[in-house]
Amino acid sequence: MSPLPLIQQLDQTAGSIALRESILVYPLIETTHVLALCLFLGIIALLDLRLLGLGFQSVPVSQIAGRLLPIGLTGFALMTLSGLLLFYSGPLRAYGNIFFRVKMVLILLAGLNAVAFHYGIYKRIAAWDTQPVPPPRARLAGLASLILWCAIVICGRMQAYNWFEKPPGT
Amino acid sequence: MDLLPLFQSFEATAVGTIVRESLWLFPVIECGHLLALALLGGSMLVVDLRLLGLGLTAQPIPQLAARAHPWMLAAWAGIIATGIPMFLSEAVKCYYSPPFWYKIGLLVLASVYTFTVRRRVTAQPQPRLGALTALASLTLWGGVGFAGRWIAFY
Repeated sequence: MSPLPLIQQLDQTAGSIALRESILVYPLIETTHVLALCLFLGIIALLDLRLLGLGFQSVPVSQIAGRLLPIGLTGFALMTLSGLLLFYSGPLRAYGNIFFRVKMVLILLAGLNAVAFHYGIYKRIAAWDTQPVPPPRARLAGLASLILWCAIVICGRMQAYNWFEKPPGT
Repeated sequence: MDLLPLFQSFEATAVGTIVRESLWLFPVIECGHLLALALLGGSMLVVDLRLLGLGLTAQPIPQLAARAHPWMLAAWAGIIATGIPMFLSEAVKCYYSPPFWYKIGLLVLASVYTFTVRRRVTAQPQPRLGALTALASLTLWGGVGFAGRWIAFY
């Protein structure tokens, strides 16, 4: 079953139309999305760099994951909320956009990577918390997260350009 | 003094022309700009949060600032290096864009502040007015990001 009819319906709701035509609210939501990205992705990047053994090596991993990451997750909540509103402002356009689709898959993969890390090697954090270079599985999780989130940002940005959209009437 | 001719000549530079005439160059540079922005956010926040008594509170401030500094510097350089070609490609549009002028003003303020006042404050183990230093930093850089996003709209 295709979700297309539902998306077409959503695209024609008064709220959706008002949002994409608004002069102030739409830019404000996009700005929130970008600033929340700095908060969330910036902190995720620090954790990933630490996991890779590339930065903040004197800081125990558990301090970054336990004390800094929760602050970053408020950024994630803001990103999700503003992202949902951005989707609502043009569901049909997003649905047909290849970058949007790839982005959604990549976010899912980043989530799975985070869950696998949390319930995997991070369970034994006490054994490697202060090691300047964490064990291979932790490094792999950091590398995967860094690559995935960079790709997600790139897809998100590219989504705004309509290279792959079919011109109207074709 | 009228700066418009200067901005027109910026737009006529080889770099400006190449970026403007390319379909994909501007978006690709924009991606780099965003990724550098995220790194700048992280490397700034980790220290500003610490100054506010949040996050990595078990770490001494000077050490944390020293660890964050190379990443912050790299991110700052990345933002400038990607920002310049984007600006050159649409310098005249920027000239007429109020958010652009706010952004540049805030960027200069934020950069000078970061490399002078903030640098000196974060070198102290127990700085006085640490929270104020962090709030000023967050406000200035938040303002740069905010104004930057609005160049696309106004």
